[in-house]
Amino acid sequence: MYQSQKSMALGGQPPKALSSLQKVAVSMGVLGLLILVLATFQVELPQKSLWLSLALGGIGGGVILFSAAAYGNKSAGIKNDGVWFKSISSRGLWAWVFGVLLTGFYIILYFFPALIGLREDAANVGLIALFDPFSKALSGNPASQWFVYGVLYTLAILAFGFKFLWKYRHSRYEKLRTISVMFFQTAFAFLIPEFMARLNGKGFSLPYYDLKNIWPLNYYNFEQYRVDDFISAGTVGVALLIFGIVSILVITPILTYKYGKRWYCSWVCGCGGLAETAGDSFRQLSDKSTFAWKVERWVVHSVVVFVVLMTTAVIYTYLGYDPEKYWLTKDLFLLLVGGLLSLVFAWVMIFKRQELEKDAQYAAIGYMVIIASLIGIHFFSGNDLFLFQAETLRSSYGFLIGSIFSGVIGTGFYPIFGNRVWCRFGCPMAAILGFQQRLFSKFRITVNGGQCISCGNCSTYCEMGIDVRAYAQKGANIVRSSCVGCGICAEVCPRGVLKLENDSLDGRINPKDVLLGNDVDLMDYVNQK
Amino acid sequence: MSQKVVIIGNGIAGVTAARHIRKFSDKEILIISAESEYFFSRTALMYIYMGHMKFEHTQPYENHFWKKNNIQLLQAFVANIEVNSKKLITQNGEEIAYDQLILATGSQTAFRGWEGENLNGVQGLVNKQDLELLEKNTQNIKKAVLIGGGLIGVELAEMLHTRKIDVTILIRESGFWGNVLPQQDAQFISRHIEKHGVEILEETELDKIIGDKNNQVNAILTKDGKEISCDFVGICTGVQPNIDFLKNSGIETNRGILVNKYLETNIKDVYAIGDCAEQKEHPTHRKSIEAVWYVGRMMGETLAQTICGNLTTYQPGHWYNSAKFFDIEYQTYGSVLANAEEDIGDFYWEDLKHEKAVHIQYAKADETFLGINTFGIRMRHEVIDEYLSRQMKLQEVISNLKKANFDKEFSRKYEKQIQAAFNEIYSKVT
Ligand SMILES: Cc1cc2nc3c(=O)[nH]c(=O)nc-3n(C[C@H](O)[C@H](O)[C@H](O)COP(=O)(O)OP(=O)(O)OC[C@H]3O[C@@H](n4cnc5c(N)ncnc54)[C@H](O)[C@@H]3O)c2cc1C
Ligand code: SF4
Ligand code: SF4
Repeated sequence: MYQSQKSMALGGQPPKALSSLQKVAVSMGVLGLLILVLATFQVELPQKSLWLSLALGGIGGGVILFSAAAYGNKSAGIKNDGVWFKSISSRGLWAWVFGVLLTGFYIILYFFPALIGLREDAANVGLIALFDPFSKALSGNPASQWFVYGVLYTLAILAFGFKFLWKYRHSRYEKLRTISVMFFQTAFAFLIPEFMARLNGKGFSLPYYDLKNIWPLNYYNFEQYRVDDFISAGTVGVALLIFGIVSILVITPILTYKYGKRWYCSWVCGCGGLAETAGDSFRQLSDKSTFAWKVERWVVHSVVVFVVLMTTAVIYTYLGYDPEKYWLTKDLFLLLVGGLLSLVFAWVMIFKRQELEKDAQYAAIGYMVIIASLIGIHFFSGNDLFLFQAETLRSSYGFLIGSIFSGVIGTGFYPIFGNRVWCRFGCPMAAILGFQQRLFSKFRITVNGGQCISCGNCSTYCEMGIDVRAYAQKGANIVRSSCVGCGICAEVCPRGVLKLENDSLDGRINPKDVLLGNDVDLMDYVNQK
Repeated sequence: MSQKVVIIGNGIAGVTAARHIRKFSDKEILIISAESEYFFSRTALMYIYMGHMKFEHTQPYENHFWKKNNIQLLQAFVANIEVNSKKLITQNGEEIAYDQLILATGSQTAFRGWEGENLNGVQGLVNKQDLELLEKNTQNIKKAVLIGGGLIGVELAEMLHTRKIDVTILIRESGFWGNVLPQQDAQFISRHIEKHGVEILEETELDKIIGDKNNQVNAILTKDGKEISCDFVGICTGVQPNIDFLKNSGIETNRGILVNKYLETNIKDVYAIGDCAEQKEHPTHRKSIEAVWYVGRMMGETLAQTICGNLTTYQPGHWYNSAKFFDIEYQTYGSVLANAEEDIGDFYWEDLKHEKAVHIQYAKADETFLGINTFGIRMRHEVIDEYLSRQMKLQEVISNLKKANFDKEFSRKYEKQIQAAFNEIYSKVT
């Protein structure tokens, strides 16, 4: 049911004002969902492919038709009428119902896949069995709960992506980046890994690899079984492994330098993709208080420290097993990690100290914790990091961050906390890209002179909870590590005050005490004080 | 003892003054205001009604900001000022002493004394209470008539439109906001508004408002004898300074509170800024009362200097303003006049889809650039400001429009079309 409620309210109209076309759309969606529910309760559906096509077509088609009906006959422009009147988009009853259902779905998916029909040693049943033929057609293997999730996820990005395209059809920036996330999700996250799995066999087995899913978001990328697989798959595998390392160390810094972290977070990433499309109706729910900002910085950077340590410990463990096979020994590896971090830290402290201001202390704390732990790993040796086994670290990370945070809370709570909770508070990738964006990127949101009227639309609709207005009304450009460059602040600003752009590093951060429009040179006084 | 600055009015003018005074001094600061507990953005009232934001979203500072910056707030209405004993008396009879007093009391709807303007269902839109009243007045109604266009008029039209209320606007001129916009621009905007299903009756003036026996509005009569039935009338013929409570205070007023170039009134230690201030002497390119957001802010910035011992003249630079007419954003820089004299030339361009337009005025004698209106195209404030200061020539402005563009990335560019249109006209003239 929740899907239909969702589509009902997402169209920019209160449910009671549904047009007849929208009623058709809602029925399509409900029927599609009904098929999935019937399958879950193991109602026998003979022609599986047909029923699955009907279900997916019904849901996807329903959402698309609904949006076309909602926006098609309206002029191009901002469509936020009634956002705070509608139950679903203003934390009303429907929001809670939807949130609980979504959370329930994630809990089943992560922890009780048997409930939707996953069987270890026998043929799948129920919902997962419904997806078997589709999965076999792609990869040759039966479906898993992850395949079901992948299909629904991709469907959500495509269908709601279409809705987003309609809603923002006046803006080429929004259209391009939405087409981009729709493409990356379908091709890179969904199809390519399935096809790669098809190549496997006869001693050649590539791990499931979504190329755009970069460590540390892809926190398991360097685990032993994957690295073994990569290496045993020969040149292609090694190339992929190297690509994985180069991605985070070389490719991301370069792209972030040129375009800001938006190149990833709102043009490529799947989590971002879902947030921007299916989550678009919830962006106004993010918390803008300075308190939330403080929490954000502590939590997200702790996750970075956690993932660095966890990955180091895990790699360290298996390096020990086979000193002949890897040129990389345990100690050399620790030295490399420590050396790299020290280089980055030194560079920041020498060149960027002022820009970091108070955050420099936090950076220092994080750095010390990691270095101390590295030394700890070395001396206590064994496979323990103090009291914890590397494997325990890994599985707790997987459980706490990978499942609970990114899935259950991150997506399940869309209707309550907004659509980017994970990206803001939990994603280590976003934190690292944010660090790059804050310190060395050409990207900024330029504020247009003294034009801001402090109305608050920008802050309200910033999904990352950035108080954009606080900068705009001072005439200061927005250079914030958390900004994902979605561009919505610039869309909703009724005075055209904001512009996302890449420009030179000079004058990127420009606090102005006195705004344009006043001819007195008050800046002199300000500087004198 | 540190000095006590009292500010009446917690709008953009009063709050900016307070913030800047705090920046430069440790004076005691008290802001007294009647309308709301905390500063909110008046310009965002429409978005609350349309459901884009809730009231709390329109408050630019978190509630703890004031305490943290040691700025005291009091929600009360000031009924009287005794300038000789330097104290205020609130409506509840509370007396408050001041060393320096800043009047930043803003504006209210300007009713023009029409017959029937006091009927239920007739109102303007300036403050929070108006918005609450509007919510009440527009429950389950079908038809609204707005008297006067202008910026509040178009906002009100858009607001009512989102509630599916049929809107008719009466305007005196032959195009929307025709007393400010040149004819072509005004008609361009009229067409856009009409495309949204709002009816505009041009060259039509209100004669009187007619009510039923319950004192509820049910029609209006125009001067040319046309009767339009309606259940709501919006007064959008402008605003006037909030100065009624100053009547017997000895503070000199005209339409607004009269101030000199230092924003001082005739009484020592009493100042006025924002919508309520009327400048006795002002630069020729500016008006004596300018009821816009930016002016309140700039006056606040300037006066804070004076209060903190740095006597500073209020010297606004080039005029600028912006607004949004339904989906079309409008920006203006410098001087673009509705009824320009003979010695001023016009260059107007509109795209084929009638969604974008640019209007430039220049001095005919030497082709100096005077000002620009843009519709659906954003300009970079700093750059255009510099073009104006440098007194660039028309041709140079046209060929440098691209540098001044502030549209979103990947937006379509119009400079080539504008240049081509310009070349065509120009080649004919010369
Ligand atoms: C609907 C609307 C939309 C607008 N949109 C724009 C726009 O887009 N761009 C733009 O530039 N301008 C806009 N304006 C104009 C702009 O809002 C005003 O110019 C600006 O708010 C004036 O600020 P101020 O500080 O002078 O006064 P105000 O914001 O009016 O504040 C004055 C305060 O003083 C209080 N007060 C008055 N008398 C007393 C008293 N005796 N005792 C206690 N308190 C008192 C009032 O209650 C009020 O709260 C708009 C105005 C309206 C009404
Ligand atoms: S600041 Fe603007 S571009 Fe950045 S995340 Fe917020 S809304 Fe998106
Ligand atoms: S939306 Fe625009 S005008 Fe409104 S507060 Fe933000 S930057 Fe200022």
